[in-house]
Amino acid sequence: MTAAQRTTVIASACLAISTLACILLLRHIDEIRPQATVDDALFVNSPKMIRRTSLGFDGMMACIYWTRTVQYFGERHFNRELTYNELAPLLEITTTLDPQLFPAYQFGASFLAPAPPNGAGEPDRAIELMKYGIQHNPNNWQLYYNLGFIYYTELKDYKKASEVFEQGVEVPGANPLLKVLAAKMAGHAGDRATARLLWSDTYETNHDSYVRQNAVEHLRAIQVDEDVTNLQSAVTRFGERTGRLPASMSELAAAEHLPRIAVDPDGRPYKLTPEGRIEVQNPDDFNFLTKGMPPGYKPPALPKFHDHTR
Amino acid sequence: MSAIEILGLEKTYMVGFWRKRPKSALRPLHLTIEEGEIFGFLGPNGAGKTTTLKMLMGLVFPTAGTARILGREWTDPEVKAQIGFLPEQPYFYDYLTAHELLDYYGQISGVPGKDRKRRVEEMLQRVGLTEVKGMQLRKFSKGMLQRVGIAQAILHNPKLVFFDEPMSGLDPLGRREVRDLIEQLKQEGRTVFFSTHILSDAEALCDRVAIIHKGELRGVGAVADLTSTVQGKVEVIWQGRQIPASMKVLGAECHVTGDTVRAILPENQQDTAIDALRRERIRLIAITPLRTSLEAYFVEKLQHSQTTVGKRS
Amino acid sequence: MSPRMLYIAFNTFREAVRDRVLYNLIAFALLLSGAAIFVGQISIHIERLVVVNLGLTAVSLFGIVIAIFIGIGLVSKEIEKRTLYTVLSRPVRRWEFIVGKFLGLAGTLIVNTFFMAIGVFGALLYVAHKFSAPDALILVALYFIILEFLIICSLALLFSSFSSPLLSAVFAFSLFVIGSFADDLRGFAALTHGATRWLATAAAYLVPNFSALNVISAVAHQQPLRSQLILQNTLYALFYTAMVLSAAVLIFERRNLK
Repeated sequence: MTAAQRTTVIASACLAISTLACILLLRHIDEIRPQATVDDALFVNSPKMIRRTSLGFDGMMACIYWTRTVQYFGERHFNRELTYNELAPLLEITTTLDPQLFPAYQFGASFLAPAPPNGAGEPDRAIELMKYGIQHNPNNWQLYYNLGFIYYTELKDYKKASEVFEQGVEVPGANPLLKVLAAKMAGHAGDRATARLLWSDTYETNHDSYVRQNAVEHLRAIQVDEDVTNLQSAVTRFGERTGRLPASMSELAAAEHLPRIAVDPDGRPYKLTPEGRIEVQNPDDFNFLTKGMPPGYKPPALPKFHDHTR
Repeated sequence: MSAIEILGLEKTYMVGFWRKRPKSALRPLHLTIEEGEIFGFLGPNGAGKTTTLKMLMGLVFPTAGTARILGREWTDPEVKAQIGFLPEQPYFYDYLTAHELLDYYGQISGVPGKDRKRRVEEMLQRVGLTEVKGMQLRKFSKGMLQRVGIAQAILHNPKLVFFDEPMSGLDPLGRREVRDLIEQLKQEGRTVFFSTHILSDAEALCDRVAIIHKGELRGVGAVADLTSTVQGKVEVIWQGRQIPASMKVLGAECHVTGDTVRAILPENQQDTAIDALRRERIRLIAITPLRTSLEAYFVEKLQHSQTTVGKRS
Repeated sequence: MSPRMLYIAFNTFREAVRDRVLYNLIAFALLLSGAAIFVGQISIHIERLVVVNLGLTAVSLFGIVIAIFIGIGLVSKEIEKRTLYTVLSRPVRRWEFIVGKFLGLAGTLIVNTFFMAIGVFGALLYVAHKFSAPDALILVALYFIILEFLIICSLALLFSSFSSPLLSAVFAFSLFVIGSFADDLRGFAALTHGATRWLATAAAYLVPNFSALNVISAVAHQQPLRSQLILQNTLYALFYTAMVLSAAVLIFERRNLK
């Protein structure tokens, strides 16, 4: 082999080995610093600083931070983490860099406000975010919707929710739904039909898969709520008529002329306990349940997430 | 052992936007240079001289062919320790001084420390740059740079030296110096291979020459052979402005320049002409046999190739 | 291993030192470190933060500029000016030339960083009046910056071996910027599908991982650094440099020098 050929062989081998080593090391390094891209969000004293150091490339930086936000949330969601400390700073930075990045506000409304493990548990920051959005986008009715949404679902402040929906009505081009919601808030605020309306609309009007999934989970819980309430009243009526508890679901169904054996949204029949309680078979399969749980039931610390949007 | 054996070295470049059109810079070249001779590689600009040199130096890779230098494959790195190279219109690291540059080259050529110091001083002295050895090269004139170039080419005591257009851009004094140096190198037993388009230099210095044109070898041979007196004429120079009548009879062409006359006449009439001048008491200055100049040979070879090319196309 | 490579390295170092441009850049960088003191005085209670942030950023950015500025000319200038001919006609191998040039440039930057670091520590001493234990982290940050320089030098040299100085500068600088977002790029690649995913992942892994080497913010906030990270980063920088230099050697070995 000539000297030149020898050099070529050695250099090629070196190239191949180093490339492989680099890739392996990179994977290692990524494992050591799992949240590297979002860590610096914690160091930022003010989002305005980031804007200044972006040297005018705000839009691109906003996109980068938005991508980081989604990844951050998705990863923690997937790993069933309980806290989302960086979510608020990330969303704040994103919207400071680009106040018109609407998906960020939607995301904030859905996931900043709810308590862990479903969200970051920071309704106040969520409200601040929506107000900031409204300030910079006065012609966007959806932001009012989001804000009202937070007051309704998390803070249960129906009066404020109604006020906000009313404000939203004023915006040109606003969805007539807002007027309906405003009225409902003022009236039967806590009722199931309103909640269903709210969540269905959220599902319909959003493109973000996390937000839609979240909405579906809520709708499922509402369905269970309704089913359990109805079935429970049937049990009570049975008891008033016969003076005893029904022996089984089929007896109940036959006696109360229920169309068929009632099943939950997953297709499993509700069960009737010896004490006469209606319960779902697998409460762990549902999030946000308010009824149909066995006594003393605690939802799992790490909720299961299914994708019901398909 | 021959100093250089060029065995079919060839170079074709791909030109054009998509690099698809072949352009031949050098057709397969076969040439042998013997040890201890001064060999001239002649040709007009763009003939392929520099391409050949660069291929031998390993700066350009041939499309085909090989070469042997001092008995070894030309790609053998050890060969380079025995050869020196002076490129055309050289340019050196201008932030270095002459001394530093030569020391650096000595280092890379593998000249050991103690030797190096001595060698560098010797070289600087030999090319007459001792006074300016501490001056940065950016301040050097063209002639001085050429001298540095020669110094670096022979610093490591190579057996074979390659010069590419060593005389280009030099004033007559500089040219004389370079010529003297090349002669010295031969005296020292080295082989010198240099390319040039200045024929008078080649004629004066070289033992053998090769003529190359448009990438093809047109002729090789000893200078003496190529310029042998085929014509059989002599040149007679005498003082004064007088032209003896007998001269005209002999068929001499006469030119009067200033206070001398120059006449060209057949060789066999030489003695008759001298007698004529003596009779007239005209002072003879010189008699020189006329040789075919290398220039004539050169031009003839080039024209031949033009017509050949014409026939081919 | 012959000492030729080291001779070339030393000569490259000498060239850089005699290049007046280098001094202008260093002077400016030191000026910036000094300015950090003034900026720190304006922002109360975060003088130290500002000095460390601004100082280290200056060292990093100016080093990158110097590395690119000198690095792009390492090979292409020699070819253009034809100073390379008399070097390569000597018993030096082409790969020795490349590696020697790299060592010279890297050496220049390390020496340069040393001097600029003195400036930063000087400014820090001025505003903080004493050094505390977490300041040792600044040394780690500087070490990582040097690792960044090694990578950038090798990249500048790679481009210089086949491209014009201007293009080389553009490519090298672009890779620096993209490499600073390497984490995001890998994350982005993970979100794509199909053919795009392969391309994006390949690109994301080949880009130099400057995001892991940039610990300036963390150090300024006195966050501890894992020793594992120091080891991995060192290995990564060495292998990456080896990879790039191998490519440069392969290219340069084949180059016809017109």
